[in-house]
Amino acid sequence: MSGGKIALVDYGAGNLPSVERALRRLGVEVERASAPEALDGSRAIVLPGVGHFGALMRTLEERRLLEPLRAVLAEGVPFLGICLGLQALYAASREDPSRSGLGVLAGTVQPLPRTAKLPHMGWNQLRRVRPSVLLRDVPEDAYFYFAHSYAALDAGEAAVALCDHGVPFVAVLECGKIVAAQFHPEKSGEAGSRVLANFLHFAGVECER
Amino acid sequence: MTLARRIIPCLDTDGARVVKGVRFVNLRDAGDPAELAARYNRQGADELVVLDIAASRDHRSTFLETICRVAEQLAIPLTAGGGIGTLEEGRAVLRAGADKITVNTAAVRRPELIEELSQEFGAQAVVLAMDAKRIGDGWEAYVRGGREATGRDAIAWGRESVARGAGEILLTSMDRDGTRSGFDCELTAAVSRAVSVPVIASGGADTPDHFLTVFTEGRADAALAASIFHDNLRRLSELKEFLAARDVPVRLIR
Repeated sequence: MSGGKIALVDYGAGNLPSVERALRRLGVEVERASAPEALDGSRAIVLPGVGHFGALMRTLEERRLLEPLRAVLAEGVPFLGICLGLQALYAASREDPSRSGLGVLAGTVQPLPRTAKLPHMGWNQLRRVRPSVLLRDVPEDAYFYFAHSYAALDAGEAAVALCDHGVPFVAVLECGKIVAAQFHPEKSGEAGSRVLANFLHFAGVECER
Repeated sequence: MTLARRIIPCLDTDGARVVKGVRFVNLRDAGDPAELAARYNRQGADELVVLDIAASRDHRSTFLETICRVAEQLAIPLTAGGGIGTLEEGRAVLRAGADKITVNTAAVRRPELIEELSQEFGAQAVVLAMDAKRIGDGWEAYVRGGREATGRDAIAWGRESVARGAGEILLTSMDRDGTRSGFDCELTAAVSRAVSVPVIASGGADTPDHFLTVFTEGRADAALAASIFHDNLRRLSELKEFLAARDVPVRLIR
């Protein structure tokens, strides 16, 4: 690892500019990575995501980013997955059973139950289950912005915070250098900005908070 | 741990400036969109909606610049729309910095548009904006800024839009819009019960009690207002404290 480059995986997701803006507000430089070379030598990698699991995995494959991503995840480069970027860490998703995920975590991402309104859209709170890197210094009752219809129901030891929408689901997971949030820190006001700063500290990147 | 009810300020723009008026007449300038966006972001708005109410082709690029300037100020979600009729127009608005887009007239004319947008960007990014007006025992959907009746039942159209992939409904009561006599709770509850997606109530907001009743009786997931916030008649923080004291789950800013 060299330099301080933060690679933002660009697979055409709608929220990429928001994540970029939120990181820049913290005073760090980010580079969009839409080709495999762009991941080389990254200090940290962020996989933002909105939309469809199948479309994400297909685009990663088309841009030849899938194997390089698996490689950096295995090497222990600090990695932040956001929303669909969390779901992509799993082996599979019911949203598109024909595509494999990155497979860091076993199991299959599930649809949220239809007993509640879907998408789960808006601001919700978390229930912490163990100490967390991402949630350090974040008030217990803080709200975060969610927008999704699928969720990971289990992360084993990696689960650090849960949320509830018809069923408890994984809101934050942390597994070695790999961390991920089902909510959108880039859209979650002050609390979200704190989460992004916590990730940067965790990755050893200096930032303005 | 409960999903908070959202309070959403709305900026109606002529492309570049925020305007206000009643049902698109007697429009007056109400400020710079980016300045208002920064203020609402600071004051604890849960989301922001920016609509291009003129929605003419020739100032499209101006509106995209406005979205970009507004997005720059926000750490909360942004919904934008007005005149979106194609996949590419939707993409341009999202690329400019919006998280969700609204569709209205074009979706009534060609409902497949909702499917196309939803498949491309996800249901969470597609909001059906519907203007509804009381007719007999029900409500009728209107288009073109409330100027043209569609002959379609508002509830049936809401259901169809969700079946086609809309992830949220922004529901404006034409009977209440601009009257400051309160949200139409009956309409909001009827649509909210009929669909599986969140419903944003709009039209008629004035007092904190109006917000309370639309969240309780009206079963709204979110409530939107424009001029009462622009004019500083209601402060977002005070409104939220009022609701929290009455057991409505809201996100309070300390």
